[in-house]
Amino acid sequence: MNWPTNTRSPGRVIPKCVSYLSGTLALLLICAAAEAGTLVDARDYAGPAWSPYLAGAGIGVLSWLTFYFSDKPIGASSFYAHLAGFLGKLIAPRHTASLVYFKDNPPRVGWQAVFVISIIVGGALAAVTGGEFTNEWLSPLWTERFGDSITLRAAVAFAGGLIMAFGARLAGGCTSGHGISGTLQLNLASWIAVICFFIGGIAVAMLLFKW
Amino acid sequence: MIDPGKAVKKWGKKSARQVNAAPELIAGTMFGLAFGFLLQKGGVGKFHVLIGQLLLQDFTVVKIMLTAIVVGMIGVFTLHHFAKVNLHIKPTRIGSNIIGGLLFGAGFALMGYCPGTAAAALGQGSWDALFGMAGLIAGSWMFAELSGWTKRTIENWGDLGKVLLPDLLHVPRGVFVVGFATALTALLVLLERFTTR
Repeated sequence: MNWPTNTRSPGRVIPKCVSYLSGTLALLLICAAAEAGTLVDARDYAGPAWSPYLAGAGIGVLSWLTFYFSDKPIGASSFYAHLAGFLGKLIAPRHTASLVYFKDNPPRVGWQAVFVISIIVGGALAAVTGGEFTNEWLSPLWTERFGDSITLRAAVAFAGGLIMAFGARLAGGCTSGHGISGTLQLNLASWIAVICFFIGGIAVAMLLFKW
Repeated sequence: MIDPGKAVKKWGKKSARQVNAAPELIAGTMFGLAFGFLLQKGGVGKFHVLIGQLLLQDFTVVKIMLTAIVVGMIGVFTLHHFAKVNLHIKPTRIGSNIIGGLLFGAGFALMGYCPGTAAAALGQGSWDALFGMAGLIAGSWMFAELSGWTKRTIENWGDLGKVLLPDLLHVPRGVFVVGFATALTALLVLLERFTTR
């Protein structure tokens, strides 16, 4: 293979690293299964409109099309970084231009922006055609656990978004860019990242909803 | 072995320069519409489906992801074999992949949506996604502010460059794809058998 590879041999470190991560995930799953007291059950609320296998296969085929026609993998998180850079340019242009991330990834409004904005419209079309348009500020599962304060939800969601975007930029992608597009290209980075998404996510969700 | 993707690199570069050309944007719009439609129909615009996955009660998210990976992998590697597409491999940096991944997961549990599904949730009328999206913009900015530091430190920890699983295990790509697709399909069969949703 002629991928540009580092001189350090990954042969020994990686299997160890991946097996530790998989082990942690397995341990977490076992702990979760053993944990008896359930405060909430997500299955009390309506599931997906379509079979997950149909939706998943559709996304798989869609990735062939984005690779072939647009020479791009499916991804969402960098849109928010472009948007942050775009807003930064308006507010503090010189400071924004001095930041390393924006030097390496100049913010621009192009394919990625129309892609993510169209996801909003696509989601709306699917919800309206399926009679699932919710028009709500709080999800019923959230209300069941944390009550009906919109301020609390806003604070937690904002903090979550902030940590998540920081993590996505550090890891190099999100549930779409790493979780689907990277994993399907068999990228080692993406498999490490996606296992860590689930370790971090399961741990914090258990603390929030089951403790 | 020659990377067949090299054969289309020229074409790839050309299309990257024309990124703002109308056909590119129209394609982006169509793909975004389809992706948002599939996400919502797959139920992953719903807060309780996403949190249900992290609570290990509802396995919809993993089923969608694994199916997309199996189908996508077979198609993309077939197209790549015939030099019809380029691969887009992000470098493996063990430190940033692990630390960033864990932070991402923690934020995911708090926000209840991820960057793509938040957009689908907003379209579906779940307005709390807006708070999360504001947080995503703020967090991206925060990362940019600290990017000089992360580039000097975390991003150098375990920097291995571009690594694919089959290259790592010294297995031919075609063989690996077939074997891995079979293993993931078996995992899906087990999930379907042992989960209630």
